[in-house]
Amino acid sequence: MYQFLTDLQQFSFLQHALITGILASVACGIIGTYVVVRRISYIAGGIAHSVLGGMGAALYLNKVHGLTWLAPLHGAVAAALASAVIIGVVSLRAKQREDTVIGAIWAIGMAVGILFIARTPGYTSDVMSYLFGNILMVSARDLWLIGGLDVAVVLLGTAFYKQFLAVCFDDEFARLRGLKVEFYYLLLLCLTALTVVVLVTVVGIVMVIALLTLPIAIAGFFSRTLVQMMIVSTLLSILFTTSGLVLSYGPDYPSGATTIVLAGAAYLLVVLGRAIFDIRGHT
Amino acid sequence: MSTEPVIELIEVSFSYDGVPVLEKVNLEVGKQDFVSIVGPNGGGKTTLLRLLLGLLRPSAGTVRILGKSPATTRHRIGYMPQHAHVDPQFPVNVMDVVLMGRLGHTGAFGPYRRADREAALAALEEMGMTAFRRRAFSALSGGQRQRVLIARALACEPELLLLDEPTASLDQAIETELYEHLYRLSDRLTVVVVCHDVGFVSKFVNRVVCVKRHVVVHPTSEVTGEVISEIYGAPMKIVRHDHETVEAFNKCISS
Repeated sequence: MYQFLTDLQQFSFLQHALITGILASVACGIIGTYVVVRRISYIAGGIAHSVLGGMGAALYLNKVHGLTWLAPLHGAVAAALASAVIIGVVSLRAKQREDTVIGAIWAIGMAVGILFIARTPGYTSDVMSYLFGNILMVSARDLWLIGGLDVAVVLLGTAFYKQFLAVCFDDEFARLRGLKVEFYYLLLLCLTALTVVVLVTVVGIVMVIALLTLPIAIAGFFSRTLVQMMIVSTLLSILFTTSGLVLSYGPDYPSGATTIVLAGAAYLLVVLGRAIFDIRGHT
Repeated sequence: MSTEPVIELIEVSFSYDGVPVLEKVNLEVGKQDFVSIVGPNGGGKTTLLRLLLGLLRPSAGTVRILGKSPATTRHRIGYMPQHAHVDPQFPVNVMDVVLMGRLGHTGAFGPYRRADREAALAALEEMGMTAFRRRAFSALSGGQRQRVLIARALACEPELLLLDEPTASLDQAIETELYEHLYRLSDRLTVVVVCHDVGFVSKFVNRVVCVKRHVVVHPTSEVTGEVISEIYGAPMKIVRHDHETVEAFNKCISS
């Protein structure tokens, strides 16, 4: 802990990591709340895994074809948005095929990513950081992109709060009130995609879903409205990412995994506490 | 004030994938009518409702709401969906639910305006739910939730109120209370209720629209056991006494 604080003043990579965690938490709290109440975390999972395809392709083009301006994060944004639009259009047009398409995008994205990375000489070790996150590797350039995504997600996510709330609660009624429900649903999926990209840098592809749902699930126990849920889950998410970073730094644990274990443990404690409280309350 | 009908269906037919659901339906509902749409499950009640809302287009014939096509007059309709349509655990408070009724009236960006809040509060007041405005929707009883959803429909400031089984899963006392509310509302707007229970509502409504592929409209005074058994296609004892008609009828449709 003490070592972390002294190093934080010294090393820019630690400062980047800390800021990334906080930025990601804000997007996570706002968009994650919509994802949880609309029950589309499976869609978020599909988008998250498809991101590997974009990252792998960007890495390949960067190293093999010399497109040095192209970072894996750019590929991630492109893949996430493409997956969001495909899943969104399919779920609006042909509801019964939705889960099949999500599963396909999930797996194909991973497969494409693995193929590209395999054809990129000497970069297989990066796969680990894509899959499980490495917040300590966020560069200053990455941080600007993450910050930009975060601002976009937070602005749109809050400006259209009442529309998103109406679409999540009762989309048929929203349509009858003249709301362009399809547009807002696709916009919500695109914001989910961008949030997923930001979270991938923190906890990696595989564990995005945990960070996108656990803080929100905990907040759900204490919230009466979406706004409360967003605020509480943002604070919880900041708590988990920051303490994950601090606790993992000294003993050199993987920070993403540490963050998720903390979030998971907190969730289990709250669920257990609730259950005990309920049993006591009823006897 | 013109006397054009609020709802006008002329020779309307509808079929799903070639299977006829409604055939040659003619219907006219005027201002301040209180009408119930009844019929067996699968008889076309929901289809009729969706045609009125403009969510479905008729295969043949014309639907006019307030003299125009439903898609263009939708914002003048207050709609309340079936209770199963809404997730009762959704984290939202009563006021925010009712405010959704203002979506067509308010601006695109940012929060609702003060005028929206006033309209929502007036709707809550009308349904006797003002004291509950800060409560969680999930913490309400079934009957309170239905009232909130009616308040949401009223917040649209509609000329026509369409309700899809507003009293399903409620007990009789609360059902009566709710219909008394709707009866009062029918003083100033047209109320159309889809329901499963003709005998009961006939105390409140002035016409009963029976839907079973074809549509037959009965003034309330004509709704007898005979009519009821004709609608539901099941033989039943005809008991003229009002209260018992209701019971026999309920038995008939629940079996």
